[in-house]
Order: sequence, then C-alpha cells, then structure tokens
Amino acid sequence: MKQRIINAAMPVAFACFISTVLFASCTTVKEYQKNKLNDSEMILGNRKIEKTELNFQSYREGGSGANSGKTGGGCGCN
Amino acid sequence: MKRIFFTAAAMFALLQSYSQNNDDSTGFKSRKLKIEEINLVSSYYNQDGNNSSVTGGTGTEKLTDISSVIDIKLTRYDIKLRKHTFTGELGVDHYTSASSDKIDPKNISSASHADTRIYPAISWSVENEKKSTTFGIGLSSSTEYDYQSFGANINFSKKTKNKSGEFSAGFQAYIDNLKLIAPIEFRANPNEKNPHYATTGRNTFSGSFSYSQIINKSLQLMLLADVVQQQGYLSLPFHRVYFTDGSIHQENLPGRRFKIPLGFRANYFAGDKFIVKAYYRFYADDWGLNSHTANIEVPVKITPFLSVSPFYRYYNQSAIKYFAPYGMHTAQDQYYTSNYDMSKFNSNFFGGGIRIAPPTGVFGIQRLSVLELRYGHYTKNIGMNANIFSMNLKFK
Repeated sequence: MKQRIINAAMPVAFACFISTVLFASCTTVKEYQKNKLNDSEMILGNRKIEKTELNFQSYREGGSGANSGKTGGGCGCN
Repeated sequence: MKRIFFTAAAMFALLQSYSQNNDDSTGFKSRKLKIEEINLVSSYYNQDGNNSSVTGGTGTEKLTDISSVIDIKLTRYDIKLRKHTFTGELGVDHYTSASSDKIDPKNISSASHADTRIYPAISWSVENEKKSTTFGIGLSSSTEYDYQSFGANINFSKKTKNKSGEFSAGFQAYIDNLKLIAPIEFRANPNEKNPHYATTGRNTFSGSFSYSQIINKSLQLMLLADVVQQQGYLSLPFHRVYFTDGSIHQENLPGRRFKIPLGFRANYFAGDKFIVKAYYRFYADDWGLNSHTANIEVPVKITPFLSVSPFYRYYNQSAIKYFAPYGMHTAQDQYYTSNYDMSKFNSNFFGGGIRIAPPTGVFGIQRLSVLELRYGHYTKNIGMNANIFSMNLKFK
C-alpha cells in the first residue's frame, strides 16, 4: 500500500523538483535587490493569522500537511 | 473580547516598560536578549451541518470555537555572533459542540459538549550567518478533557552558496493519550455519576522537507514534502456507526496510517501593488484518501502600509475505503466509520483580509506595529458550512 502511495505521489514530486531545478539556474539576486522579496506579504509560509484556519481545515478534511504546519497531535474530534 | 483587550493592554504596558534600545548603525550586534516581537492571534469560528459522526453520520454538526494564541519571540547574539531565537507560545481554545451532547444525552455536561484546550509550546534555534545554517528544537503540548498530546521537534536548514536557495529538514513526534469515552449505550454502568475512563495511545511521527528558491527579484518558489506515520488508536470511541441490520457500533479504524502530502508554493510581486501567492498540495494515504488543494491569494498594496488580500481555496478528496453513510455498513466490514470528514467531498473557502502596518504604529501606538483582520467563509458540497473571523496584533 505504501508503494501505491509513493507511486501516486512520485509524478507530482518529480514535476515540482524539475521545475525548481530549472528555475534555480536563474540569475542571482543581490541582497540590495531583495526589497520586494523581503516584503512581509511575500513570506513563503503561513502567516500567524492563518494558524486557526489551518487548524479547522485539518479537523474538517482528511488531507493535511505540506504547509509548514503541525502534522499531528490534538484530537480533532469536536 | 474583554479578555483580548486586557491581554493587548498588558502586552503594550510590558513593551513600554522595556525601554532599552538595541538598535545601532555601526553593524555591532548587541548580545543582550531582546524582544523581537509579540503576536496575539484571536479567532471566532462557527460551523453547521447535518452529518455528525457522534450520531452515525446524521444530526447537527453545530459548533463554535473561540481561540486565542499569544507568542513571544526573543533573540540574542552569542560571542561567535550566532543568532539565538527563543519563542514561547500559549494557546487557549474554548469550544461548544452540539453533537457531543449526544454521547450521553441524559447528561448535558458530558465530555466535550463544551471544553477548553490549552496548548503551550517553546522552541529554540540558532542561526550561523557565516555558514548559512540554522538548527532548532522545540517542545509542545495540548490538553483537553479527553485528550493529551506531547510533541517534540528538531529541524535543520542550510542556504545555498549564493543564498538564493534554502533546504530545510525536520522531524516531529507526537505522543498522544485519549480517554475512551464511549456513547452511553456502550457503557457497563450508564448511570454512573463520575465514570473512570480507560485510556489508550496514539503516536505520530513525521519528517518534513522543504526547498525554497529565489528565481528573480520578484518571484520565489518553495517545494514541501511530509512523510507521516500514525499508529495506535486512530478511531474516536464516541463516533457511532449504524449497520444495515440496525445495530449500533463504535467506529473502528486500522491502527496505522501512512500519509504523504506534497506541496508547492509560488509568490510573485507583480508591479508595485499586486502580489500573487499560489499554493498547491497533493495528498495520498494508505486508507485510500487522495486529495488536491489549490489556493490563491492576491494582496493588493493600497499604500505601502495598507493592504487588502482577497483569497480563494479549493479542496477535494476521495473517501477513505472504510467510510459508508448512516445504516450502510455490514457485519462483513472489518473497519467502519460514518465520519463525513473522511467521505468524498469538495470544499470552497473564500474571503479577505486587511493589514495595517504604519511606520508610526497602529492608532499612533508605536509598539503596535501591525493590525491584521481576516474573514473566511467555508462550504462543503455535502451541506456543511463554516465562518471564521481572525485578528492578529503584532507588537515590536
């Protein structure tokens, strides 16, 4: 069964990996050029205010994870 | 609301009393411990639906939850100029759940009809700017009437030579313990006033990996992958399941679950005012559940200090192989549940947020650097809907 899941996930992982590797060959951005990248809205992760949204989604949906959040703990029974 | 106001006022007073200024313009890094930021996040959530698991997949799912989380982040530099970050967090949720009254309809004060969850966490990390590495550890716990969870995590990250890419890896373990609170009809002595519940365990171990890459001055990407193994008692003892012959059973699910979620993020700054934040996740587990999540958020900078952020999220999933609706399971089924959170459905979540971060402080309060408000409406195509309103106050 684990093999089936890995087989299903592999094309997605491969596509993401290849696209990132291809993009990685792009220009190097100097520190002084990062004013847009350093904007508080450009954070590559969840903002504090989304914390409780992620909680309820993990309770109300079967799929979770891969969002820099918790991967376990807590009951989710309510 | 009153509690939130007083918490915010107390934090403000604390920050005002913290008068030492660590800023300087010489490049010198103060080695004294300083408060980096304090965040207060509060939210109100309500939901309704008609597929409660407590009553076998029928009945009200009405629930409200009020949540407040406060965290404090402190930093200091050591003699080797490594940056140490300490964070402490305390969260409190109070919820009321109409369906949980149906565990024991004679006793409205039964477990979980209204409960409070308290979840503290602490962490420490050290960043070596010369080597572009960060190492961190953390501990957490979560306590409610019928559930206790302890967590520990360790993580490591390293930037690429040109500092445009970063790889992170982490490992988390959660050791949980739950009370076996059965529906009233399954109890040996249904009239017992203060029953003693047996307990059982549930453990979760996961590895998390991510790689982020700056593509150009306006675009950055991130890949995320988790590998999660759960084992132990993965059912909930008060979930009823009705069979075709009319008999009632307690939910019974396998003692192991293996999950692989894979995610991809892309953030793009378009022009000077628009940011496009996209997220996609594929999820699969060995209970037969596959899901896809797509999320887009477009913060618009009205001014450099004021932005509004409409967002939309689409989610769909297949049912786990052990799910069947009310009265559809048979005696031949080894595992069974009528929990509609594990059924086939799709959901839509949309709303918007507003973020205010003036340089002089919100409402002229210097230490209150950010005020953020956010509302979202959530619907499932199986008749469940929810609303969530959240607020974040950031103090610096």
